[in-house]
Amino acid sequence: MSPLQTVPAGSLNAHDARDARETRPSARQRNAAARTARTLRRRRVVNAIMVSLLALSAVIAVIPLVLIVYHLGRSGLSSLNVAFFTQDPKSVGEVGGGMANAILGTLMVVGVGAAIGMPIGIGAGLYVAERRATKLATVVRFLADVLNGLPSIVMGIFAWEFLVRPLGHFSAWAGAVALAAMLVPMVTRTTEEMVRLVPQSLREAALALGYSRSRTALTVVLRTATAGIVTGALVAIARIAGETAPLLFTALGNQFRSTSLNKPIAALPLQIFQYAVSPYEDWHRQAWAGALVLIALVLTISLVARAATQSRVDAGSE
Amino acid sequence: MTPSNAAAPLPDSGQGTPNTAIDGQDLQGGGWSDRAYDALLTAFALCVPLLLVLLIVALTMAAWPALKQFGFGFLTSSDWDPAAEHFGAAPAIYGTIVSSVIALVIATPLAIGVAIFVAEFAPRWLRQPIGFLIDLLAAIPSVVYGLWGIFVLVPALRETVMPFLRDTLHLGATPFFSGPAYGPSMLAAGVVLAIMILPYISSVSREVLLAVPRSQREAALALGATRWEAIVGAVLPFARSGIIGGIILGLGRALGETMAVTMVIGNRHEIAASLFAPGYTIASLIANEFAEASGDMHLSALMAVGFVLFVITLLVNFVARWLVWQTSGGTRKVG
Repeated sequence: MSPLQTVPAGSLNAHDARDARETRPSARQRNAAARTARTLRRRRVVNAIMVSLLALSAVIAVIPLVLIVYHLGRSGLSSLNVAFFTQDPKSVGEVGGGMANAILGTLMVVGVGAAIGMPIGIGAGLYVAERRATKLATVVRFLADVLNGLPSIVMGIFAWEFLVRPLGHFSAWAGAVALAAMLVPMVTRTTEEMVRLVPQSLREAALALGYSRSRTALTVVLRTATAGIVTGALVAIARIAGETAPLLFTALGNQFRSTSLNKPIAALPLQIFQYAVSPYEDWHRQAWAGALVLIALVLTISLVARAATQSRVDAGSE
Repeated sequence: MTPSNAAAPLPDSGQGTPNTAIDGQDLQGGGWSDRAYDALLTAFALCVPLLLVLLIVALTMAAWPALKQFGFGFLTSSDWDPAAEHFGAAPAIYGTIVSSVIALVIATPLAIGVAIFVAEFAPRWLRQPIGFLIDLLAAIPSVVYGLWGIFVLVPALRETVMPFLRDTLHLGATPFFSGPAYGPSMLAAGVVLAIMILPYISSVSREVLLAVPRSQREAALALGATRWEAIVGAVLPFARSGIIGGIILGLGRALGETMAVTMVIGNRHEIAASLFAPGYTIASLIANEFAEASGDMHLSALMAVGFVLFVITLLVNFVARWLVWQTSGGTRKVG
């Protein structure tokens, strides 16, 4: 509780008391004072109720997270085994096997997607931050925000129309492009935020030393913002790693292990989806295990990102 | 580089031509590399608008055959018959809107409550952990929500919540909570969506609330308001359009959410008043039928519903971003 809250209420009462000592209050004044005291009491009760409701909403909001983590732990951990990481799926309905192909596929598709999307996103973000007064920068920033809000399935349709339909076959490439299309606007915005944190005096110092603008940007601005940019990119990669919808009609999924970018490829989220909606008990078990692995993957990337920010913040506060 | 340009808070060097009067940088080939750098950066930046243009082109091309064939009736017909090659998107559009509305009704009060609690009341040591936990909700992949929905939420709804709503609370008398409780339903989709969009609404609201000037609260408190009154009277009005922006952003997420909804909504082409009945959303329709779409017209019809979703979410996002930008104004919007 801040002192601010008690000051007005306390001073009001003190004031009333002094008034009462110095002059005898009329009946009307006494009534008014009683009314004020009553409403004040009511207002305080309302305040207390609302504050507890707010606290309650925070508790309720966290409950689903607790439940999901609990069920993931319970059903996922018991289903995890070495075979899950080392074996490919058995044929339909057969017990056993694992998701090695899907883990490999996810790493490949996300890796290629990041390789395509990150440079573009970082470049666009650098532009938006360094030329923030230009019209193009304003437009790019706004459109990046709008693109970030679009459903991921739309990115899948985009990659399907340009890379699957004309070529006549599904491919890991198409999946990677769909994920890259999601990555670009996200990385644009996070890069921009980070580059803006670079003190103007650093740029000025470099320019005053006779550095060209490009050299200033690459060796001073980018280097200073690297940790932040990497963090932003990692957070974005963590998000696309869990995406299913854009891969449904691009990477398609694959029951077998494939390392070709020109063929359909399995991905962990796709496999979880397929197994979860299947009628087989053993596939359900594996879907939980897959979900646990996927969450672990996503959280690991996020935590690494957080650690990077933390060290940057610590360094900055010195 | 001219000194004035370097000292300006917002260097607008894209416009200014490189000044050759002080050309120390030419010794390092600066003039040439600056131009290359500018061109490269501009090219990267142009990729973002280009991406949006390509999205529009892709969706229009893919949807065109179906849109041309069925015209406006595509939006109003509820006849979806792949065998007869007749397609109408009304049930999917209805389901998309209804499931999103359920999600908003559940998530909005909670999300704003959490945001106010974190921004105004939570002790400093509690602030970060709560924010972190809520952000974690946003980090969970959609398909994991779906998995949890199928095996935990849907059975719980079927066995506990639905009978409770229908029989114990006697809401079965209204058309909205009547009929058999299968489990996979519009209600299940709404609840999953509510959990998924809560962190988005909450984090935008929190940012906006934290941006409200301190003096605004202090003035209200100095006038003798309780903290709740200060929030209702002085803080919320200040943050209103930003919070509304956050809600609309959440709506945008809910409208386009695919996997979790596909896994719990039951996937049936039908407009039913009861929230216990299975339904379809646009995104779940595409996700569910794409694999088995045989004819070109069926594919095109799926892309056409995708096009409808694209247009709706594009509009929703434009409005939401505009509102949020208005509020966080000064800092975000330069020039």
